[in-house]
Amino acid sequence: MFTLQKKDTIDQSSLYTVPLIAIGCSLIFVFILFLLIGKNPFLAIFIIFIEPLLSVFGLSELIVKATPLIIIALGLSIGFRAGVWNIGAEGQFTIGALFGGAAILAFYPTSGIWILPLSFFIAIGGGILWGMIPAFFKARFNTNEILVSLMLTYVAILFLSGMVYGPLKNPEGFNFPESRLFHDSGTLPIIFPGTRAHIGFLIALFLAGLMHYLLKRHKFGFHVKVSGESTRALVFSGRTANYMVYLSFIISGAFAGLAGVIEVSGPVGQLVPAIPVGYGFTAIIVAFLGRLNPFGIFFAGLLLALTYIGGEAAQIRLGLPNAITGVFQGVLLFSLLAAEAFTKYEVSLKKMR
Amino acid sequence: MDLFIAIFQGIIVASTPLVLAAVGELVVEKSGVLNLGVEGMMIIGAVTSFIVTYETGSHFLGLIAAVISAGLIASLFGLLTQYLLSNQVATGLALTLFGLGLASLIGQTYSGISLNAFPVFDVYLLTEIPIIGSLLFNFDYLIYLSIIIVVSVYYFLNKTKLGLVLTAIGDSHDSAHSLGYSVKMVRSLAIIFGGSCAGLGGAYLSLVQTPMWVENMTAGRGWIALAIVVFAVWRPLWVLVGAYIFGGITIIQLHVQAVGVNIGAQYMSMMPYLVTIIVLVFISMNKNRLAVNAPNCLNKLFTSDL
Repeated sequence: MFTLQKKDTIDQSSLYTVPLIAIGCSLIFVFILFLLIGKNPFLAIFIIFIEPLLSVFGLSELIVKATPLIIIALGLSIGFRAGVWNIGAEGQFTIGALFGGAAILAFYPTSGIWILPLSFFIAIGGGILWGMIPAFFKARFNTNEILVSLMLTYVAILFLSGMVYGPLKNPEGFNFPESRLFHDSGTLPIIFPGTRAHIGFLIALFLAGLMHYLLKRHKFGFHVKVSGESTRALVFSGRTANYMVYLSFIISGAFAGLAGVIEVSGPVGQLVPAIPVGYGFTAIIVAFLGRLNPFGIFFAGLLLALTYIGGEAAQIRLGLPNAITGVFQGVLLFSLLAAEAFTKYEVSLKKMR
Repeated sequence: MDLFIAIFQGIIVASTPLVLAAVGELVVEKSGVLNLGVEGMMIIGAVTSFIVTYETGSHFLGLIAAVISAGLIASLFGLLTQYLLSNQVATGLALTLFGLGLASLIGQTYSGISLNAFPVFDVYLLTEIPIIGSLLFNFDYLIYLSIIIVVSVYYFLNKTKLGLVLTAIGDSHDSAHSLGYSVKMVRSLAIIFGGSCAGLGGAYLSLVQTPMWVENMTAGRGWIALAIVVFAVWRPLWVLVGAYIFGGITIIQLHVQAVGVNIGAQYMSMMPYLVTIIVLVFISMNKNRLAVNAPNCLNKLFTSDL
């Protein structure tokens, strides 16, 4: 077998090499998978990973899909650095979409420039509220935050569905389970006319920059770093052990809630039961692939968005099931975790006893 | 009375996948490993057992396929977490995403086909006993197998040497290692056992509960199985109690809706998840109870030679 020796210092270049190796391994895996199911692997990989980048439509959709992934992953990365596991970003995203959407609908015929900022505010509050539930139980009773935040995701999705089938249903909508379409004051401005690419992408870019600044230059970044090393160190730096639990969930809840309202006021334009499509879970991979680094997350978000669009294209053009996206994402995370071992540890072969 | 019997049978059938998946995960966690990939292993078991049963016509071969395939992808988790020392939480999530995707991919051409009903355990005279016959002796043999597995796990963990070694490894991997026990080997075996059990649970869904293949048919049961392990405070026999309570909530909620209680269907469906949260909180409030049985090294990295 082989043994692992912990390296004294982690090679800085691993920030780039590990994700690249992981992407390479995943591509090889899907290449073999396509061969096995009898599709032309070169054509399939071209359709999934290259073709969307060659058209304005593909690029604009890439931006649309990457926006929620980047924003949610930025929020999650704080908790993951500190060892706080918020697996329920999907739920916080859904609540943000519901609260923000409900705020937009509450002022239905009125128009005004203040409607969107107000709905953003309410959505962020909703996301934080939803995130505070597992945080409170974790801090107070040490209840497992993974299970609680995950269970709350199912509750949030059902709550959205209950609201859209009930009080928020469009009164003129022939009983379809969907809300009114948001009017112009409740939809985000488009960056490129004729596409769905909206201003939310600029918000994601701004947040990545802000996060970079906070982590590098601010005391906040110091606490995050220290708490990742050990809880005791955090206490010595002048904070209680629960500080990071609350902070992680507040930030990830706020970011996921914001992503939710951006999704409904951007590409969706109304409340429907199918708003949660798994961005909250995929964002976990984005955070890891981006090495929990704000700009890394930005590029990882774009790549994972590409797998969504490419997956849809492969479904239409090659008759592949949409699930190929999930397979690729799972393999990517596997390869990433495996590749990480080779940067943290020196691997050496040894003879079996 | 007929309604009562129907509800009782419904609860048992709804709970059995949870029993199987949870008891497997219990052994994994007792050895000190947290595998969040239960959902992914279940769905792999569900799809492979369905395909093999459909192609060969043998339910037995289907079950074998579930045990092997789910055990195999569990061993991938074992390789990564035990030998490449990857983060258990992230690896478990990857297993779930990968399993769900792969299952949809290989099950694509099988969706919507239904299978023959699973054979019922039919001991002639016993089934004929009024009421008790229908309550106890009118099930498929997997239900009896699930109970046998639970009791065996109880016996294994408490009465056998290897079971005590496994518990010791979960409590303090460093001491167990200095005593000369192979931590990684025992944990890897526990992980494969857990995977096989989850696979059986998945097979129960696609062969017995609704004998057909539906994409994402596990619908979060893997996660509920994880909650049941905590609910049971890592005691095998309590897994049965926990799973039957959760199955019970699911079935009773359906009957309440059928009777026409005027709460939205969505709010009733929230019940199992909300109850899980409440139970988790109550259990973690009682620190003494947790402390006795909870494996100390759960989700901690074991790095020998470091």
